[in-house]
Amino acid sequence: MAKHKTPLLDQLVSGPWPSFVDDMKQYAAARAKNEKKIEYQIPVDVVDDLMGLLELSYADGTTHWKHGGIVGVFGYGGGVIGRYCDQPETFPGVAHFHTMRVAQPAGKFYKSEYVRKLCDLWEFRGSGLTNMHGSTGDIIFLGTQTPQLEEIFYELTHTMGQDLGGSGSNLRTPSDCIGQARCEFACYDTQDLCHTLTNDYQDELHRPAFPYKFKFKFDGCPNCCVASIARADISFIGTWKDDIRIDQEAVAGYVSGKFKPNAGAHAGRDWGPFDIVKEVIDLCPTECMKYENGKLAINNKECTRCMHCINVMPRALRPGKETGLSILVGAKAPILDGAQMGSLLVPFVEVNKEDGYQAIKDVIEAIWDWWMEEGKNRERLGELMKRQGFQKLLEVTGIKPVPQHVKEPRHNPYIFWKEDEVEGGWERDVTEYRKHHQR
Amino acid sequence: MEYEEAKQKLIDGLTKKTKSKSKFYFSDLADILEMKPRDAKKIVNQMVTDGILEFWSSGSTSMYGLKGMGKQAAAEHEA
Ligand code: SF4
Ligand code: SF4
Repeated sequence: MAKHKTPLLDQLVSGPWPSFVDDMKQYAAARAKNEKKIEYQIPVDVVDDLMGLLELSYADGTTHWKHGGIVGVFGYGGGVIGRYCDQPETFPGVAHFHTMRVAQPAGKFYKSEYVRKLCDLWEFRGSGLTNMHGSTGDIIFLGTQTPQLEEIFYELTHTMGQDLGGSGSNLRTPSDCIGQARCEFACYDTQDLCHTLTNDYQDELHRPAFPYKFKFKFDGCPNCCVASIARADISFIGTWKDDIRIDQEAVAGYVSGKFKPNAGAHAGRDWGPFDIVKEVIDLCPTECMKYENGKLAINNKECTRCMHCINVMPRALRPGKETGLSILVGAKAPILDGAQMGSLLVPFVEVNKEDGYQAIKDVIEAIWDWWMEEGKNRERLGELMKRQGFQKLLEVTGIKPVPQHVKEPRHNPYIFWKEDEVEGGWERDVTEYRKHHQR
Repeated sequence: MEYEEAKQKLIDGLTKKTKSKSKFYFSDLADILEMKPRDAKKIVNQMVTDGILEFWSSGSTSMYGLKGMGKQAAAEHEA
């Protein structure tokens, strides 16, 4: 028998899709039964109370969570988000219901044994409810009480080699695509870069001193599987300088129907025989491809690396060999208002493991210095860029303007020179001037 | 500025302001210290470690306060 009546939540279960309510009910029942004889450290009926509270919120049309709090593990200004409910007498199980963010392993690449360990810890010391994964990629532990925080943190760091993620005005947990571990399109080792920067920027991750949140995301190629271009204050997107590698024999294989286009994806319906002109050549956004006399040719100078042709014919086409990454800045994806894509800042930089990615870190740190000094409270980098201008960003990063930075013709007809750009500066010798010009 | 001196400056600055509010943005602390953010961060971190300052977080934004001066958990939303 459920602890609270939840008619509104129950409606969600009646729809055609699996509902989180099913999961919660199932888990609440399992927790009550406790077949594994776990010594739960927070109330056994936490999940029932959570459902009851949600039902009340649906009925009232308002939230019953308070805003934020002073909780955390010692020395960390992020990773724990304090949540308190404003109906603690009716729902004591969720009187405190703090969220913990656990940094996901690079590429979200881990063994089931590791997830089991995490879940065991969380059942024992928390609500047992998780969110795999949050929008920043973290493994999210939903709901525990204050005395459990340090215990969980100790266990994570000391026995699992695992850290908390970022929250608040911090560097958020960097996230990357699976990259070279599984994907032949990857133009650099996303996992190594993500992991290295995560370690090198521990202070920025755990000790808030930024105006607001800051996100790094790493995509191995322009397919952008972690959507860095849409969501990260700095996106690192793999690319190449030289030509797309073409295997003409494999091209013929696609044309003859020997290989399935898109590696057999979209096969749920009969699209008719593969038509290279209609499906590849004509869809190239820059019209830089041609197919004549059974040969495919690409004018690589015009290619924008959109990945379309490569995705359709992965056996025949591969990214070039001179690989590196592009750095884009200023994307953000707030839920309500002001979503913005990244702008290209560095068209190409080599990804150099040997020197600890110094060229990349120089760009990051110059941007941080500027934003920390000039950013207003709760202003994302993308907003500061709009407020002070892209030119200012080029100035603080010491990057020379190139045609790729130009988005559209300018709106403002004036050119404002700086003193050091003008011969002789602003100062004039007045006596000399007066020799030729009367008052 | 030496740590002790900076610490006192920040405590004095915050104590003066705590009548009207208990939570401060990092930039407020840097302003009181009259330091660049990176230098201010070193002082602020040390003061957190020494248990003088504490963090407050909404999940999306972080703020700082003198330890114990913040509103108690039960009344935080009425800041
Ligand atoms: S972003 Fe590119 S390299 Fe990374 S997983 Fe996706 S397709 Fe592969
Ligand atoms: S990657 Fe895109 S732009 Fe480049 S040749 Fe292929 S389809 Fe054209």
